[in-house]
Amino acid sequence: MKVAYWPGCVSRGFTPELHGSMAQVAPLLDIELIELDRAACCGAGVIAEHNQELADTLNARTFALAQQTEGELMMNICSTCQGAQSECQERLDANTEYRESINAHLSDEGLRYDKGLTNKNFLWLLVEEIGLDTLKTKVKRPLTDLKVGPFYGCYIVRPVERLGVDEEHPRDLYLHMVIEALGGTVIDYAGVYKCCGFPIITMNKHASLGMAGRHLGDAVDAEADCLVVPCPLCHLNLDLQQPAAAKVVGRELGMPVLHLPQLVGLALGLSPKELGMNKHVVRPTSVVDWSTSVVAATAA
Amino acid sequence: MPAYTLRIRRYDPQSGEAAYWDEHTVELGERNSVLDAILKVRDEVDGSVGIRCSCQQAICGSCGVRMNGKPGLACNTHLQQAADRGHGADWNPPADGEYNDVITVEPMGNMPVIRDLIVDMDAVHWKKIQRVTPWLLNQQPVPEREYIVPHENMVDITQSMACIQCGACVSDCLSMEIDPLFIGPAALAKAYRFVGDPRDADHYERLKDLSEDEHGLYDCTHCFNCIDACPKDVAPMSQIMRLRRKAGSDHEIKDRNNGYRHEHAFVQNVRRNGLLHEADLLPDSYGGKFHPRAVPELLSSLPTAATALARRKMTVTKVLTHPHKAPKQVKQIFDTIEGQEKRVELNLYVTGYEDEPESPSESEQS
Repeated sequence: MKVAYWPGCVSRGFTPELHGSMAQVAPLLDIELIELDRAACCGAGVIAEHNQELADTLNARTFALAQQTEGELMMNICSTCQGAQSECQERLDANTEYRESINAHLSDEGLRYDKGLTNKNFLWLLVEEIGLDTLKTKVKRPLTDLKVGPFYGCYIVRPVERLGVDEEHPRDLYLHMVIEALGGTVIDYAGVYKCCGFPIITMNKHASLGMAGRHLGDAVDAEADCLVVPCPLCHLNLDLQQPAAAKVVGRELGMPVLHLPQLVGLALGLSPKELGMNKHVVRPTSVVDWSTSVVAATAA
Repeated sequence: MPAYTLRIRRYDPQSGEAAYWDEHTVELGERNSVLDAILKVRDEVDGSVGIRCSCQQAICGSCGVRMNGKPGLACNTHLQQAADRGHGADWNPPADGEYNDVITVEPMGNMPVIRDLIVDMDAVHWKKIQRVTPWLLNQQPVPEREYIVPHENMVDITQSMACIQCGACVSDCLSMEIDPLFIGPAALAKAYRFVGDPRDADHYERLKDLSEDEHGLYDCTHCFNCIDACPKDVAPMSQIMRLRRKAGSDHEIKDRNNGYRHEHAFVQNVRRNGLLHEADLLPDSYGGKFHPRAVPELLSSLPTAATALARRKMTVTKVLTHPHKAPKQVKQIFDTIEGQEKRVELNLYVTGYEDEPESPSESEQS
């Protein structure tokens, strides 16, 4: 399927391995990525707390660019983009007069957002468009014996109504389902739906790293081999900042954190190096006991 | 009539005994409330179950509890609704695929337990409400007759006025979980009730006070838990964002917590680059690379930066330069909107949804 692809900023900035791994995984899942290279930052909630109309206009522009492509829908690989864009889209779709006033800002560029765009995070696309049965057929190397802790973060599961989490779409269980579909074992721990702390890292560093450290510690205690995240900002706090978080909570952590496309890529037969796992601060290849996992075949 | 298994967390701090789960089977209709079930247990089986409740009409805010891991009012949560919530709280559902009829009921979080399901609201919630001066500070001179307030201003604060002080948002606030001193969602929503009221004389002082408090306005981590927890659609986090817009954009309060600077740096960064250049954002959030405030922060970040460089997560070129520049149309959007005299905001609580048959107030009445 063809999708209008919005990688966001951080996947092309401090987590280049996310953008890279998505590019590797997409063809294996028959996804054709039409990258929205003229679109701007979603604002990550910060532009909206400065000026709501500005955030809505920037995202309406991104949606309009997506609607100009041949993509069946728009896909992102960042929960924060998903949450921030869903919030803007909710306002744009709810009120014609408001939408038209926003479209007026786009008219000079010949752009226009028409209500009703479908914008899905890669996680949602995996479950709802590709389907877990199809995904299972593509698994070349099941993640046998790999104990994975899902870390949803906030923007992709809350608020439930805006994010469309309901009985028909239990999006708050999709990471669990994908881990199992790839042959891994789901580890339940206290931090599954908690906040990584990233949004307050410049305002209250101690609390921010305290959050990250606590959830990582809980995952260690639950004997997870690694965590998987659908959000590069969570990855920054949980992986890049992990040594600093360990100091704040006063314990050793050493918990590898994988981006969702990396976890999928491993099961589809790609090597940890191809998926950029050597770029992580906590290197999964040196921490996970791959010898008990089928992944060891390629990791070696 | 369906049967539900009610698992109540029992705890009496005075007893010196550890907390334990007390299990009862309750036969009640699926649209009976969780409170009905708790009261049935208390009235018919064990009179010592501690629960605080009064109106049973979702207006007094007394019976806040956690049901299958999620906070809310026991009196307006149907038993089946509470049982259905179980699916997200517990991976490894029963083998037969039937989700169970078990409802765990716990006291709210982030507040000390007095007994069983009763928490000490005075120790946390009410203290924080008092912290934000929760009364109107009149404009002077007081008019001879009543204040004339524009309708749109009163509508603006309707949402924050809907709060019934149940504490459900406080219970699940993830910032408060790590920083108990955080003023929190309920009190900040209350603060907006006065900051948005044109009769109040102290908007600037209130905003300055909340911005400067290191556990104040900028301590909210955007987790959205309070929005989902609130039984009255107050959306406390949305009120916090409105306070930030007023403090940062309208009053340009340069707080010591870097809230304003971070927001300002972020907005300018995107205006300049289109895509965020993170390497600039950090120093700019502290006032710029050579600002005295930035130096210790940047020094403390050096080990993190060094690891990232060593792992080629970032490169020196990438740190110093940014391959993206904002298209001129993006800059024009910034200039047009920032140049407007008045900020435009759409509050869906007030305007409703075009295709939605019911507004929040109508659904409460039905």
